[in-house]
Amino acid sequence: MHGGSALRYIPLMHNEVAFRLNGAKVALTDSPPTESLLRWLKRHALTGTKEGCADGDCGACTVAIVEADAAGQRHYRAVNSCLLPLGALSGREVVTVEHLADGADLHPVQRALVEASGSQCGYCTPGFVMSLFAGFYAGELDDATTEGNLCRCTGYAPIRRATRALCGMQPGRDRFAAALQGAPEPCPATALGKYFLPTEIATAIALKRAHPGSRWIAGATDLGVELSRGRADATAWIALDRIDALRRISADEDETVIGAAASLASIERTLGGRIPALDQMLRWFAARQVRNRATFGGNLGTASPIGDLLPVLLALDARIELEGPGGRRMLAAEDYFTGYRETVREEDELIVAVRIPVRGWRTAAYKVAKRQSDDISIVAAVFALGLDDAGRVVHVRLAYGGVAAMPLRARAVEDFLLGRRLDETTLTQAAGLLGEAFTPLSDHRAGADYRRALCANLFLQFVAEHAS
Amino acid sequence: MKPAPVSRHESAVGHVSGRAVYTDEQHLPLGMLSVFPVQAPHAHARILAIDVAAAGAMPGVRAVLTAADIPGENDSGPIVHDEALIPRDRVQFHGQAVAWVVAVDEACAAAAAARVEVRYEPLEACLELAEAIRQQAWLRPPVAVSRGNADAALAAATHRLHGEIAIGGQDHFYLETQASWAQIDSEGIVQVTSSTQHPTETQIIVARVLGLPANRVVCRSLRMGGGFGGKETQANPYAAVAALAAQATGCPVRIKLPRSIDMQMTGKRHPFLARYEVGFDDDGLLAAIRVQLFADGGWSTDLSPPVLMRAMVHVDNAYFCPHVHVEGLIAKTHLPSNTAFRGFGGPQGMLVGEEILDRVARHLGLRPETVRERNFYAEGAEGGRNLTPYGQVIRDFAIPQIWRRLVQSSDFEARRREIEDFNASHAHARRGIAITPVKFGISFNKTEYNQAGALVHIYTDGSVQLNHGGTEMGQGLHSKMLAVASRTLGIDVAGIQIMVTSTDKVPNTSATAASSGSDLNGQAVRAACETLLGRLAQVAAGLLGCAVEAVVFADDAVFAASAPDVRLRFADVVQAAYNARVSLSATGYYRTPGLSWDAQAGRGQPFYYFACGAAVSEVEVCAFTGVHRVRRIDVLHDVGDSLVEAIDRGQIEGGFVQGMGWLTCEELRWDAQGRLLTDAPSTYKIPTIGEVPEDFRVELHRSERVPTAQVIYGSKAVGEPPLMLALSIREALRDAVAAFGKTARVDLASPATPEAIFRAIAAVRAGVADRPAAASAIPV
Repeated sequence: MHGGSALRYIPLMHNEVAFRLNGAKVALTDSPPTESLLRWLKRHALTGTKEGCADGDCGACTVAIVEADAAGQRHYRAVNSCLLPLGALSGREVVTVEHLADGADLHPVQRALVEASGSQCGYCTPGFVMSLFAGFYAGELDDATTEGNLCRCTGYAPIRRATRALCGMQPGRDRFAAALQGAPEPCPATALGKYFLPTEIATAIALKRAHPGSRWIAGATDLGVELSRGRADATAWIALDRIDALRRISADEDETVIGAAASLASIERTLGGRIPALDQMLRWFAARQVRNRATFGGNLGTASPIGDLLPVLLALDARIELEGPGGRRMLAAEDYFTGYRETVREEDELIVAVRIPVRGWRTAAYKVAKRQSDDISIVAAVFALGLDDAGRVVHVRLAYGGVAAMPLRARAVEDFLLGRRLDETTLTQAAGLLGEAFTPLSDHRAGADYRRALCANLFLQFVAEHAS
Repeated sequence: MKPAPVSRHESAVGHVSGRAVYTDEQHLPLGMLSVFPVQAPHAHARILAIDVAAAGAMPGVRAVLTAADIPGENDSGPIVHDEALIPRDRVQFHGQAVAWVVAVDEACAAAAAARVEVRYEPLEACLELAEAIRQQAWLRPPVAVSRGNADAALAAATHRLHGEIAIGGQDHFYLETQASWAQIDSEGIVQVTSSTQHPTETQIIVARVLGLPANRVVCRSLRMGGGFGGKETQANPYAAVAALAAQATGCPVRIKLPRSIDMQMTGKRHPFLARYEVGFDDDGLLAAIRVQLFADGGWSTDLSPPVLMRAMVHVDNAYFCPHVHVEGLIAKTHLPSNTAFRGFGGPQGMLVGEEILDRVARHLGLRPETVRERNFYAEGAEGGRNLTPYGQVIRDFAIPQIWRRLVQSSDFEARRREIEDFNASHAHARRGIAITPVKFGISFNKTEYNQAGALVHIYTDGSVQLNHGGTEMGQGLHSKMLAVASRTLGIDVAGIQIMVTSTDKVPNTSATAASSGSDLNGQAVRAACETLLGRLAQVAAGLLGCAVEAVVFADDAVFAASAPDVRLRFADVVQAAYNARVSLSATGYYRTPGLSWDAQAGRGQPFYYFACGAAVSEVEVCAFTGVHRVRRIDVLHDVGDSLVEAIDRGQIEGGFVQGMGWLTCEELRWDAQGRLLTDAPSTYKIPTIGEVPEDFRVELHRSERVPTAQVIYGSKAVGEPPLMLALSIREALRDAVAAFGKTARVDLASPATPEAIFRAIAAVRAGVADRPAAASAIPV
C-alpha cells in the first residue's frame, strides 16, 4: 500500500503518456489531464502526501519535481501537488515522501525532523519533509525553505532546529543526488488528452488556433486552484512551461529580459541583487512551492489587481512582449491593463517576456498584508525616484496594487512631485493627494480607509528609507 | 540499566515517512461511498421544499439523505438537544447542510449535491454578537461568579475605570479536516472510525441518531491530524452522517470535509464582548471588578455553557481582587455553533483580566508589570489573598517565583531601558515589551468528566497491549501513556503496544480535552498496571522465595529487593502466572479527588491544581503601516516532572504560536449575508515560520517544592496553558503603540492586525484615548 513499489507493475504500453514517480515509470494515459497530482496519488493509495487545503496555501501536499536549470543542471524543486495538473507531469520526474526512507533507514531530512521533535499531529509533516528534501539538495536551507508549509502544532521552533541541523550536512552522493546526475531513460513529454506540451512558441500559437476555446496554462498556481475546485474548463490546454524560449532570463547593461514562463524562483536565483524592487517583492510573493512554478506570464495573464509583480513592472517602466498569429508586439506595462482582469492581450496571443530597463533610480517595493509571509496584499506599492543634485524630483513612479480594479500609477501625484524638493510641505501635500488618488474597496482583508492611508504612508516610508 | 525513556512522539517515524495512517486513508485502496453536503445559501431561512429527484437519478448516486431519513433522534447536541443533525424546516447558518448526497465518489456526490433543489423563505438573520445582545437573544440563562460586594467596593474605590473590549474568534485550522467512515458489520454493529477527540460521545450520538442502544455502536479514533478542541463535539455530526449513510445504503461510507466546507460549517473559538468596571487604589491594587462577558454561541448551545464558565473563572488569572462580580451570557447568532478551542474560554477571560490590569497601570502612570506583580495572589496569605472568587484556595502557586526568575533570565529591566532609548531615537518605529502570567485551572469544571479508564493485557510472551480512553491528536498523549506503563511495569517501552482508542475497549470515557488527557488516563493506566503487578508479585514471590512486598519490577526483570542479582525475566514471570491461572488482563480506573462545583452558585473546588507559567515578548511596530515584528519571546513554564520533555516543550512552543495567531493575524470575516469570507488558508492566515522570531527561548520551570496535588508521576498538564502565554504579545504590542503618544489609555482591538494596530497608533497620536474615565454603571 505504501511506496511506489506496487505501481512498478503497471504495464506500460509503447508511446503511453507517463511520468517517473519515485524512480518508476508510471502510465497516466487513463487519467484526466486536469486532475491534480494530489488526487491521483490518493487514488493510487499513496497517502503520505496530504491534502490540507487543495488551494496551494498549506504545503501539506508538497512533493518534489525534477527540473533542469538554464545550464542543464537538474534540481529537486518543492511544489504543491494539489495545483499540479496531471497533464503537466508528462515526461517529468516526481518524488513523494514514500520514496525517501530506505526501509527502516530514514533520509537525513526525516531523521533531522524526528530528532528535533518536528512533528506533533504529523499531518503537515510529509510536506515539510519534501520542502526540506528539495532544499537539502539545492543548498537552500533557511526559513524560506518551509515558509509555504503550515504547521498548527509545533510553533515551528523544532522545524527551524531541524533545518539548522541540516544546514551543516552535505548531501554527498546518495541515491537522490545520483539521480540528479545520471540522465534517466527519457520519458517523452507526450500530450495527455488535450493537454498539449509544445516546445516552440510557433507550435503553441498554432495549437491555440487549432483548438477554439483552449486556454494557455503556465505554472498553474492560480489556474490550479480553479481546477482543483472544478471551476475552470477549456476545450484544450496549451502548456507554456516546456518552451525554452519562454524560460530564458538575460541581462545586459540596458535591460533585463525575463521569459514569461521562467519560474519566479529561477528569477530569484538568476537575477538576485540586480533589481532590488523585484527582489523585495519576490521575497513576499507567495511561498517557495508557488514561486517554483509561478511565472511573470501567469501573473500578467490572470491580470489580478493584487498580482504583486505588476506594480513592479509599472514602477520600473517595463515593457511587455506579446506574440500571436499576427506576430510580435511590444507595449509599455502601463498600457497593458484595461480593467478588472482585462488587458489588451488578444485571446490567441501569448506573453513572451517582460523587459525591464536598467536605470539608476532609487527603487523599493512594499507590501502590507494581514500576515507578512505568504499572504495576498492589502496594498502593494513600488516606487522609483530620481533626484537631481539640488534634491529636486526628476523622475518618479508611484505604482500600486490592491487599490483599484487593476494595478495603477498615481499619475497626478507623480506630476505634482516632478520638479519639487521632497521637503515636509511637499511630502504632506503628496501624502494628502495619495490618500485621495484611488477609491479602494473594503473587503475581508482591510478597510478602504486603511488602504488609502497606506497609499500615502508607504510613499512616506519609501522617502524616509531611501530619499532622506 | 533503566529502560529507555520515552523521548519523543511514538509516531514520529510514521509522520516523517508518510506511513502514519489517518482516518480517511484507511479505506484505500478498497474504496467506499462518499457523502457531500447540500449547503444552504442563507443564514436564516425556512425550508419550504427539498426536491432530490434530479440528484437521486444521477448515475453513481446511491441516496440523498434529508431529515426524513433519520430513524432515531434528529439531534447531535452534546449537552442540550438543540442541534438538528439535518434541519427539517429551518436553516440556522449560512452553509448548513440541509441534505447529504451519498454517491460512489466525492466528485459525483458534489455534482449531485448541486442538483438538489431546495426552496427557502429567507428570514431575518442575526449575524453580530452586538446585535444579539441588543436583541437579548440568549441561548441559556445568565450565570454569575461573585464574591463580596462589587458595587459597594467600586463606589468606595479611589479610582474607577470602565471599558469594553471585543475579542475575535479563531478557526482551529487542524491540518486534517473533519473525517469519519462507518460501516455496518456482519452482526449489525455500527463500526465508526472518526477523527474525534471524544469517541464515547461520538458513539452516543451515532446511536441516538440511528435509534440504537449504545452497545450496538463502536467508535474508534486513530491519530488525528490536529484537534485543538475542534473535534471535541464537532466531529460528531459527520460521524453520524457517515453512519446514517452506511445504514441507508448498506455500504461503507466515508466523509472528509473539503477545507472550505469545514471552515464554513464547523464552530470556532467563541468571539466575546466584555464590559468591565474596575476600582483600585493609588498603588494599582485592585479593590473591585465587575465584568460582563458575552459569548457568541452561534446557532446552538454545543459547549458554550462550560466555555463561558471557564472564561468567567479565568478573568482573575493570577490576580487577587477582594470584590468580584462576573456575569456571563451566551448570545444566539445565525453563525456556526462555536465550540471548544484550546483554553476553552480561559483565553478570553484572561485577555479581559490583562486588559483591566493594563488600564489600571497606564491610568496611574505605573508600569504594567509592576501593577501585575502587586496584584498576584499570595499563597497562605492573610486577608484571603489566597482565595479565588469562586472559593478555591490557591495552592502550589508558582507564579511569583516564575515571575522573578523570568524577569531575570529575560533581562527584562535592561531591555526596558534599551527599548526606551530605541523609541526616543526612532521616528517611525516603536518597540514594546511585556510580561504576563498564566494561571490555568486544571480539571473539567463539570466534575463527572474527571474520570478515566484503561485496559491493559499482558500476553504469555510478556508483551503488553495498552488501551486507554484518551485520543491522540498530536499532543503526544500516547507517548506519555507508554512512558507511564513502561515506568510502572518496569519494562522497556518497546515491549508495549498502544492500541487505537476504541469504545469497546474502554467505555464511557471523557473527551480528551481540558489539558487533562495525561493526568486522567495516566492514573488509570498506572492503576491497571499496578493491579497486574500485584498479581505478578504473588507469583514472583513464590519463584524468588521472598515476601510479596519485596518483589521489584525493573529493567524488564523481576527480583527481590534484597537480592537484585537473582533476576527473573519479566516474560518468564508472566508465563508462570499464566500457568498458575492468574489473570493477565486488568482495567484501571481513576477519578480526580476533592473536586466539587456548583454551577448555579458559581462556587466550589473545580480544579485539582493550577498550571502556571509566564512569558516576556518584545515587538517592533511600524508607524507607517501598523505592521509588527516579534523580536524575542522568553517563556518559563511549570510542567512539573515532565513525562516526556520534548513533548512538553512542543506543547509550549506550539500553544504560544497558536495563541499569537489568535491575537494577531487570524481574523474571521463574514459578509452581510452571513457567508464566511475567510474560509480558506488564502484568506484566513495562521502563523507561518516567518511570524515566529528566531529568538524564542522556552525553559521548563523546576519547582523547589513538592506540590500538594498528586498528579501522575509529578507531571503537570500542558495542553492548553501555554496558549495564553501569547497574551504577552498583545500587551507588548500595546506597549509599543503606547510609545507613540502620552495617553493614559491604549485601546487595541483583538486580533491586533496591522490595520488594528494602525488605528490604535492613530488614536494614541491624536490623544483621543485620553478621555477622563467616567464612573457610570455598565449599560447592558
